[in-house]
Amino acid sequence: MIVFEKPKSLVDIPMHYCPGCTHGIIHRLVAEVIDELGIEGKTIGVAPVGCAVMAYNYFACDMIEAAHGRAPAVATGIKRANPENIVFSYQGDGDLASIGMAETVHSAARNENITIIFVNNAIYGMTGGQMAPTSLPGQVTQTSPYGRDVKTAGFPVKVCEMLKELDGPEYLERVAVNNVVNVKKAKKAIKKAFTNQLENKGFSLIEVLSSCPTNWGMTPDDALKWIDTNMIPYYPLGVYKDRSAQNKEKEEL
Amino acid sequence: MAKKVLMKGNEAIAEAAILAGCRHYFGYPITPQTEIAAYLSKRMPKIGGTFLQAESEIAAINMVYGVAATGKPVMTSSSSPGISLKGEGISYLAGADLPALIVNVQRGGPGLGGIQPSQSDYFQATKGGGHGDYHMIVLAPSSVQEMASLTVKAFELAGKYRMPVMMLADGTLGQMMEPVSLDIKEAEKFDTSWALTGTQMKRKHNIVNSLSLIPEELEQLNFERFKKYEIIKENETMYEEYLTEDAEICIVAFGIAARVAKNAVNSAREKGIKVGMIRPITLWPFPKKPLYDLSDKVHTFISVELSMGQMIEDVELAIRCKKPVMLCNRAGGCIPSPEDVLAAIEKANKNGGAL
Amino acid sequence: MAKVTFDTDLCKGCGLCVTACPKNLIVIVKDKINKKGHSPAEITDESKCIACAFCATMCPDCVITIEK
Repeated sequence: MIVFEKPKSLVDIPMHYCPGCTHGIIHRLVAEVIDELGIEGKTIGVAPVGCAVMAYNYFACDMIEAAHGRAPAVATGIKRANPENIVFSYQGDGDLASIGMAETVHSAARNENITIIFVNNAIYGMTGGQMAPTSLPGQVTQTSPYGRDVKTAGFPVKVCEMLKELDGPEYLERVAVNNVVNVKKAKKAIKKAFTNQLENKGFSLIEVLSSCPTNWGMTPDDALKWIDTNMIPYYPLGVYKDRSAQNKEKEEL
Repeated sequence: MAKKVLMKGNEAIAEAAILAGCRHYFGYPITPQTEIAAYLSKRMPKIGGTFLQAESEIAAINMVYGVAATGKPVMTSSSSPGISLKGEGISYLAGADLPALIVNVQRGGPGLGGIQPSQSDYFQATKGGGHGDYHMIVLAPSSVQEMASLTVKAFELAGKYRMPVMMLADGTLGQMMEPVSLDIKEAEKFDTSWALTGTQMKRKHNIVNSLSLIPEELEQLNFERFKKYEIIKENETMYEEYLTEDAEICIVAFGIAARVAKNAVNSAREKGIKVGMIRPITLWPFPKKPLYDLSDKVHTFISVELSMGQMIEDVELAIRCKKPVMLCNRAGGCIPSPEDVLAAIEKANKNGGAL
Repeated sequence: MAKVTFDTDLCKGCGLCVTACPKNLIVIVKDKINKKGHSPAEITDESKCIACAFCATMCPDCVITIEK
């Protein structure tokens, strides 16, 4: 009996990510969810600009590559044209929380019936480790060589906290992939986000705290520990919004 | 004869788009094109279509990119400053070989400019606007009827050649009312086997993409795209020729400028001046051949434009600078009068080819 | 008994599986180099594997298949 194997909705080719980069784990989780829900044939994925730009080669479903930050708008277009398809975007922090902030906020405000996988690793990976909108105060990057000084570079953007204030979005959860328990929770959250779309509940965003060993200058193991010691305290894990659950609670009261 | 209705140019575009089979529109308010959005916001929900007021021009064009990738007819509209914002998305549409209609109801610029009609986005429309080696087919209507008929043509060309098509109108054409026949058939459908519909587990995944990291492969894609452009130049160039058989002077004008210029041509003819006009209907591809063919017969060309002189460069290139090309223009939202154009014709007639 | 297969040529030698294994059964084999130029991970004593799949759960490159 097979206990564990590569999910079918990942194409059988090696991924280009650096050793120990957790993009690979998150790709696999998305693919496992697609397999378990049996939706590969009707899923359309939107790849970002950033490290995951070539995600279109890795997922076996139909894929499109969006301009930097525009994935939620592209996903909106696809979903409006083909409501019967399941549409997800896969975006990094620079893509989603900096250049694409407007698209993120407004697709959430419209409660667009799409699923967003938001990979937050607090740095621009593809361009070589620049400060991201989610880089932590004091974090050293190529463009914050003395550490992120919030007096000049401002504060990190907390996407889930910000979006939960909107009436629009259906589901917002922050997870991490820094250990086995958290990876399993992350998968559950991603499955929820896809299921919400299947049930026409609307906008679901899963923020995944992720590592970038290469640009953080750490071993893959140390990078996962850094998520625990530095990122999770600043970006607490948990469900930030679950409208259906909240509505159910209200009804029961 | 088909029944005619009185419509604004902007509304004619909107209704024609629906008749052509377009069910998806994304836009952002900007004068002087807002009637397109207003019209479609009324109509689309009644016919099961999508009207979505996006958060920005950038979002709107990327929503267009998404629908285009599903192989369905889709459009957006804006005016000059908004088209600049769409530049990125247009480049991506071209790079991913996706069909879409982008309407530019031009206003004066640069910058925020004004809200009065202009043709000063000619360079932007015909030479790029976005980054990279690409072209759009650029259609220039000069009546409300053409606003409608060229809209259908635009969807057909976009689908046939899998590329963005721009309708380059201006504030006058957008706002003015004329009788228009809406005897319009749905745009012809084209192969969409490349589109994103979900694999249904029956085929390998389709990928819509403009990234190509291997230089030789990217070069090849550019070569192939430009082969397509050559076919378009050969087969899709459109223009109107008016009284050119015996002409010694040739006006070149498109859109609203051509309407004004035609009056001036008629007045000049009454005075016995042998003047004709070429009106490009496609600005890209530009009607180079008819202009070149005329360059041996006429002694002067006059480019009439609502800009500081943009199309004039293409006229000079088309005739290989064999004859002088005068510029008769207004800018910033002003329109040359028939008298202005007539004065230019009379000057050309007097000079006889010497500038 | 568990059967653990490493698709060694896909391995980037990141070592996340090594840390994840509760039985400390996985090592990075320093004197081997795979097609990608990495020293790959291998299981030392398959008979002690409990098929918990923690290694595969943390592997970013789908290197590991586990059967029981």
